[in-house]
Amino acid sequence: MAYLFETFKGWNAYCTKKNCSLAESVIEYEVSQKGSLETDIYQGIAKAYGVMKEAVETGFTQDMTSNSGMISNGAKKVYHYDKPVLSKEFQNLIARALSAKEVNSCMGRVVAAPTAGASGILPGVLYTLQELHKLTDKEVYDGMLVAAGIALIIAHTSSLAGAVGGCQAETGSAAAMAAGAIVYCLGGDNNQVFNAVGITIQCMLGLVCDPVAGLVEIPCVVRNASAAAIANSSAQIALAGLDAVIPADECVEAMAEVAESMETRYKETALGGLAATKTGKRISKRVLIQDIDILPDQD
Amino acid sequence: MGDKSSVFDMIGPIMIGPSSSHTAGVVKIGRAAVGLLGSIPIKAEITFYNSFARTYEGHGSDRAIIAGLLNLKTDDEHIKTSFDAAKEKGLTYSFRSVGNASTFHPNTVSVKIWSKERQCTLVGESKGGGVINIAEVDEFKAGFSTSLVTLIIKAHDIKGSISFISNVISQDGGNIATMSVSRKGKNDLACQVFEMDSALKTTTIDYINSLDWVIETIYLPVID
Ligand code: SF4
Repeated sequence: MAYLFETFKGWNAYCTKKNCSLAESVIEYEVSQKGSLETDIYQGIAKAYGVMKEAVETGFTQDMTSNSGMISNGAKKVYHYDKPVLSKEFQNLIARALSAKEVNSCMGRVVAAPTAGASGILPGVLYTLQELHKLTDKEVYDGMLVAAGIALIIAHTSSLAGAVGGCQAETGSAAAMAAGAIVYCLGGDNNQVFNAVGITIQCMLGLVCDPVAGLVEIPCVVRNASAAAIANSSAQIALAGLDAVIPADECVEAMAEVAESMETRYKETALGGLAATKTGKRISKRVLIQDIDILPDQD
Repeated sequence: MGDKSSVFDMIGPIMIGPSSSHTAGVVKIGRAAVGLLGSIPIKAEITFYNSFARTYEGHGSDRAIIAGLLNLKTDDEHIKTSFDAAKEKGLTYSFRSVGNASTFHPNTVSVKIWSKERQCTLVGESKGGGVINIAEVDEFKAGFSTSLVTLIIKAHDIKGSISFISNVISQDGGNIATMSVSRKGKNDLACQVFEMDSALKTTTIDYINSLDWVIETIYLPVID
């Protein structure tokens, strides 16, 4: 019986008992639940990674102006800017996460990972990780499988959707997936992978979903960049063997608890947070359609 | 198999942005309309309702519906430039927004389309994750998802017609997953919608079409 991805503790225990890797247990799950073949799963993952890398390139080379005009070729500017704040690698990481996410905002092809709103985080992180550490594609794919396992558990206990859990559930979960993948790819053990997940959630906890004009642009695009950065900082901390203290499972439970008490205006309704600021409202008025026939109330 | 999530729900789907309910779902509704009409239309009147009414432009759902009406697939990168393609293909279109349509799903779009020979209407709901429901067809209540093959039969509302058709489908080895019927007036016209797990033989469809109480049959393949 394959492990069904309910808790990190259970996942760890399963892999220890079966003496298998985290990635192997995800393969086993997909085979048993969906009847797929291992080769098809790797092919699907390879395809997804291909689309992620393409999205990064597309954002750097094609015009990225969104229908609303709020997004306009930002990733290119960051990528080519001549003064790195920390290092060229950090600049690339940020630029790539922005790039793939801009492609999403501008009707290009992306991989929802775990959602469309968070589609820049894994591309930015994985692309940069592979380049820096000369990882093989297979190593990256295994990292992605572990990321998928992490998302399965978060989805089981909490949620991955901004409309349900706020932005902590979308970009927060993507950052947790990415952090776990980094640690796994760099040879961290299971505990270190899960510490990276826990630490990331601790950093992203409480983030509300408040897209201006209801469009997945502001603040979504910059949050993909910051989530990519947080994934890396958490991975750095966890890889050095620091403990998250609050275990990953309890961090996910906290995310669910915060989501539950979050008011609906912070859940993709564009009624609170940045969407409800003066400027947010002004933009909303400009970019949303005002010429609407309103039907009379039915009762 | 199983209703557990797939790895590819977590890393996937591969999609056209910004969101599957505003792009993929809307493209599918457009493609379903093309299936109904039997060809790419030359004219389209499109109405976006409720939550779609305000945001369709920002989310690119206007480009998505036109892409669907040109029969582009949900993952086609040309969805973004569908207005240019429409110009080339001679499809003219107009958009309208209607709010507070309380009997409609929040994300609803209706299309009225014309070919040289025919005209048809369709009301579609985009339910998230690219899943759709076709709620109405030519003013008949419908209710199908296009994730299975669909047979739509418009016929005179004679007694026993539903069980007759069901029989014909099962003779062909077809497994009916859902079926619904909606009427316009008693003993007037009825519209039967069957969703099936597998494709039907053309001879079966031709046979149904040849029945003298059947007015028209429309066969829709799975839409992706
Ligand atoms: S703010 Fe909302 S729409 Fe934007 S990325 Fe976060 S969860 Fe998604």
